[in-house]
Amino acid sequence: MSLCMNQAVVKGLMACAPLAHASQFAQSARHGALGLSNFLALQLGQSSTSIFAPEGTPARSIFGLSMLVLAICATIFVVVAGLLLFTVIRYRHRPSDSDREPPQIYGSNQVELSWTVIPVLIIVVLFLATARIIFTTQQAPRPKAALNVVVIGHQYWWEYRYPKLGIVTANELHVPVSDPSNPTPTYLTMSSADTDHSFWVPVLAGKMDVIPNKINTMWIDPDKPGLYLGQCAQYCGAQHAKMLIRVYADTPAEFAAWIKDQQHPALQAASASEGRTVFLSNACVNCHTVSGTAAHGTFGPDLSHLASRATIASGAVPLNQQNLRAFIDDPANFKPGALMPAMHLSNHDLDAVTQYLMTLR
Amino acid sequence: MSTAVAVAHQANEEWRQPSRGIVGMACLIAAESAIFIIFVVAYIFYTGKSLTGPTPREVLELPIFSTICLLSSSITVHFAVHELRASKVRLSAWWLAATVLLGSIFIASTAAEWYKLIYHDGLTIRTNLFGTTFYSLVGLHASHVIAGLIMLGLALIFTLMGKVNQSHAERLEVLSIYWHFVDAVWVVVFTVVYILGR
Amino acid sequence: MVTQTPVTSIAGHAPASQHGSRAFDVVYDWITTVDHKKIGIMYIVYALIFLVIAGIEALLMRVQLAVPNNTFVSPQSFNRLFTMHGTTMVFFVGMPILFGFGNYLIPLMIGARDMAFPRLNAFSFWISAFSGFLLYFSYFAGSGLYGAGTAPDVGWFAYAPLTARVFSPGHSTDYWTLSVLLSSIGSLGTALNIVATTLSMRCPGMKLSRMPLLVWLYFVTSCIAFIAISPLSAAQIMLVIDRYLGGHFFDTQAGGSAVLWMHFFWIFGHPEVYILVLPAFAFANEIIPVFSRKAIFGYPAMVSATVGIGFISMGVWAHHMFTVGLGPGANAFFTLATMVIAVPTGIKIFNWLATMWGGNIHFSTPMIFSIGFLFQFLVAGLTGVMLAAAPFDWQLGNSYFVVAHFHYVLVGAILFMIFAAFYYWYPKMTGRMLSERLGKWHFWLFVIGFHLTFDFMHIPGILGMPRRIYTYEADRGWAIWNMIVSSGAIFQTIATLIFVYNLVVSYFKGAVAGPDPWDAWTLEWSTSSPPPSYNFAKTPTVESRRPLWDLKHPEEPDTQYE
Ligand code: HEA
Ligand code: HEA
Ligand code: HEC
Ligand code: CUA
Ligand SMILES: [Cu+2]
Repeated sequence: MSLCMNQAVVKGLMACAPLAHASQFAQSARHGALGLSNFLALQLGQSSTSIFAPEGTPARSIFGLSMLVLAICATIFVVVAGLLLFTVIRYRHRPSDSDREPPQIYGSNQVELSWTVIPVLIIVVLFLATARIIFTTQQAPRPKAALNVVVIGHQYWWEYRYPKLGIVTANELHVPVSDPSNPTPTYLTMSSADTDHSFWVPVLAGKMDVIPNKINTMWIDPDKPGLYLGQCAQYCGAQHAKMLIRVYADTPAEFAAWIKDQQHPALQAASASEGRTVFLSNACVNCHTVSGTAAHGTFGPDLSHLASRATIASGAVPLNQQNLRAFIDDPANFKPGALMPAMHLSNHDLDAVTQYLMTLR
Repeated sequence: MSTAVAVAHQANEEWRQPSRGIVGMACLIAAESAIFIIFVVAYIFYTGKSLTGPTPREVLELPIFSTICLLSSSITVHFAVHELRASKVRLSAWWLAATVLLGSIFIASTAAEWYKLIYHDGLTIRTNLFGTTFYSLVGLHASHVIAGLIMLGLALIFTLMGKVNQSHAERLEVLSIYWHFVDAVWVVVFTVVYILGR
Repeated sequence: MVTQTPVTSIAGHAPASQHGSRAFDVVYDWITTVDHKKIGIMYIVYALIFLVIAGIEALLMRVQLAVPNNTFVSPQSFNRLFTMHGTTMVFFVGMPILFGFGNYLIPLMIGARDMAFPRLNAFSFWISAFSGFLLYFSYFAGSGLYGAGTAPDVGWFAYAPLTARVFSPGHSTDYWTLSVLLSSIGSLGTALNIVATTLSMRCPGMKLSRMPLLVWLYFVTSCIAFIAISPLSAAQIMLVIDRYLGGHFFDTQAGGSAVLWMHFFWIFGHPEVYILVLPAFAFANEIIPVFSRKAIFGYPAMVSATVGIGFISMGVWAHHMFTVGLGPGANAFFTLATMVIAVPTGIKIFNWLATMWGGNIHFSTPMIFSIGFLFQFLVAGLTGVMLAAAPFDWQLGNSYFVVAHFHYVLVGAILFMIFAAFYYWYPKMTGRMLSERLGKWHFWLFVIGFHLTFDFMHIPGILGMPRRIYTYEADRGWAIWNMIVSSGAIFQTIATLIFVYNLVVSYFKGAVAGPDPWDAWTLEWSTSSPPPSYNFAKTPTVESRRPLWDLKHPEEPDTQYE
């Protein structure tokens, strides 16, 4: 009896097995697919520089266009790749085939005309859609409230000048958030002091090259406050990789406060006067400016408000006492090939200078 | 139309193809033209963009005489080919000699011009954009004239040595095509540098 | 009167070599040869050596990029690596290998005994070989291998003013510019030779309208070369003038223009990519019909599409410059011009499909590589069209998406067709078949490696990763993709090693091929394998596009379709 039962159970199980397998397989496949797409979405979403996560008007209109172009290209891909697959399978050589050659066909004018005309039509569509975005982006009317910033690319760092506000800073660009109902975009007027560079913050706008002896403009209008990342996108020499871009979109209040801070010469804390002397008596002044002092160099970044920045070395290194000290000691610690020489200061001087620079808020 | 092999092939159908020498020269000219176009474009692009002097207007004079010499050498080389084809080797040699002479006058006057520009006007290839583009464009052309003169000179020597006869007419023709090309380029260079660029 | 040569009658043996067996004689023979077949083979071998060298450079880059903030190579070395990799692959792998096959095949296919100018041919080869040597000598020059010498580090398009003396002191850029200048002189010589050969050396009956498509495509390629490569030479001469004589062509401090170099370079650079791809198309035009057992579909359309590509390709160069700040009008124009190329290219793809349609497709190694080519070229073309939409390019330009696009063409299309050509014509060149079994291994491993590497390379581009960076930040979400990309390179390496092994072993042990192993239709298969130095005992005469088909199928010759 029990044996019989057992057998029945076993039989039943056996009958179920393929089914179970199948459903299990389907489930795991679904799981796998879900997992994969989850994984993909996660990976793609995780990037702060994805061109498919626009946060400003130019990037957003490019995103719209790219979805259209992608859809058309994907359709063409599916059709043509499908045809290819079908042909390869359907007309493959089978052992049963006779030795005779297949019928020879030399061409057909109608067919060839059709696969000339259809692509032409597709291209007309693609071109019109593209041209629209080119003109709306490059010839957008410029609102009165727009801010103008001059961007100068240097080998491995960025200089930002606000001509109307009298501000010069480096590596961290501050712009106001742009409210879509009352847009305050920022126009960047760009040129280079040495080789070609390219300004690229993917979530805000497409890139624009920064070329010596040529003035280019582009505009950005981040509509959410926050930090936007990017980096130089034209090969410019040894440290092209570490010429990062940080754009801070500030609320109006924050932005006003930032402007005020920047317009004043940095506070000169008495405690740092020794470091100040070291700074002013070394070659630092040949390359760096600190407003309110005798340092007027322009080869390197303006250091007047260095300590108000979150990073040094063009976004490559978080700013803190330790990093700053190591950087001044020898920039090659972080950026081999950067154009600031190792300064060979004594430990004492190094500490003093670091101390001093950390007070430049 | 029954079988392939039986398809009537006209054995007497003439099978003619262009001479490879002429085709080769045509290709060379196409390639050289592209090089000259790039230099001409650079010249035009930079006219008036020099940051410092001297300017073309201040220092350039129209090289009318040497231009006439160079252009007429196209005619003389044409006759050289013509006579060689007619088997008149001696006459051909005279025309060749005239060509070489005219070409040499051209080169000599370019040399004189450069001498004046460098030592009197202080214009060198380093001076400004005008200097850079001028010397390179005119120099590129002059180097082609010199190459042509060397080849023509060799042809002349071989002719005088009696090693040239009617069968070489085609080769001389290929050379003459090159020479015509060099002349045609001069017309462009002359127009761009001495007329438009001034 | 019937002058067609029967396939078997002339498959005799080449006369025994005059030289003794001493190694010196062999070397002397190869160095002084003006035989188009030997020069062709030398081109091919030399390109293969550089393929391995540039491939190793790619491997080193992939090791460096596999993980963020890697310190496997220094920044300067990395910049040298991609410069040397790109320059080598384009000028010392792509060009010579294609010229090599052209040299070998064109005279055979048109029934000629040699190229039009054999000595120019040898000169062109040796000057190309010398320029490759010159480029790599830079690694030893100056400070020597330690510190990676003074190899150029300006990128393969060497944008001004990075190449000016101020930014590139030392001699690295001089090596680059001289080497590229010399190699372009070699390329011009070979292009001239090909044009003169096709126009003046065809055997009787070989009208232009009967030339094998391969010859047509090489002809068009060579014509493009005159108009495209010369501007490169001109630009290099200007750079030399700047660097040696103190000129100011690209000196931005003296009012020179950086953008002018870009124009000059891309007036060359864009047609160059078609110079590279047309010969790959040419191989496909020969291989796909033979393994589908059908005549090519739409021969006249194929020829006109090729000529069309040639013409349009002259007017699209600024699609490499969408981000340099052209006006909206220019951007729109170059978008349109670039997209228009999809039409003639599409015609080609569809004609190949139609050739296979209704055929009897044999999956021999040359054919599976060709099918891979069709698929990959389709994808590459479509990503090209995405880049051609200027605003999309403002995002994607100079990102890894572009790197993925062009490797999809350069590797997925061109390298695949080069492999196909090896499997197809190796028997003709050596008299031995390559191993099909190893060929299949080569194919599948390479396909896997290719797709791992270059499919996933699009993604970091979309995520904002610029090219030519020696390392990247960990927080950008690029790391995992770069890991996958790098892992694919391992498969490609193994596949390449199998291929090289196959080449060497089959030379000694491969099955004897006979004159016509693929049952093919063009003239090169009517002579012995390898062909005698005089190619054809008797100059052949042709009456149609497929002379050997006519011979094998007297009941329905091609001639009736002309
Ligand atoms: C052999 C090489 C090769 C080939 C064939 C191509 C083919 C094409 N390429 Fe590519 N390209 C390169 C090699 C090549 N490219 C290289 C090396 C670079 C980078 C250089 C560098 O910066 O280092 C580059 C860069 C490059 C850019 C610049 C990106 C940038 O730097 O910002 C662009 C932009 O337009 C572009 C576009 C195209 C287009 C539209 C085609 C077209 O020819 C493709 C046409 C084919 C098809 C479209 C598919 C088949 C057609 C159909 C099935 C018909 C139906 C289709 C439609 C109607 C759309 N390419
Ligand atoms: C025909 C052209 C061609 C080919 C075939 C390739 C093939 C490959 N390329 Fe290349 N590539 C270019 C042309 C080409 N590339 C160009 C023009 C650039 C732009 C350069 C620039 O920006 O200036 C570029 C740039 C480029 C980059 C971008 C660098 C950067 O921007 O920072 C990368 C990165 O992954 C890359 C990778 C690869 C890889 C993995 C392969 C693989 O397919 C290679 C496969 C081959 C091998 C792996 C060789 C096999 C090796 C052996 C058999 C030897 C084994 C022995 C030992 C290991 C000891 N290439
Ligand atoms: C020869 C010129 C030169 C001299 C001298 C020089 N610097 Fe610099 N400095 C630079 C350059 C160039 C950079 C930008 C490096 C980069 O990011 O690529 C820089 C960057 C910096 C930075 C980081 C700035 C930022 O915003 O990222 C600090 C801090 C700095 N220098 C401090 C000093 C001090 C202190 C001295 C003297 C002891 C000094 N520098 C001397 C050229 C110089
Ligand atoms: Cu600046 Cu790259
Ligand atoms: Cu292109």
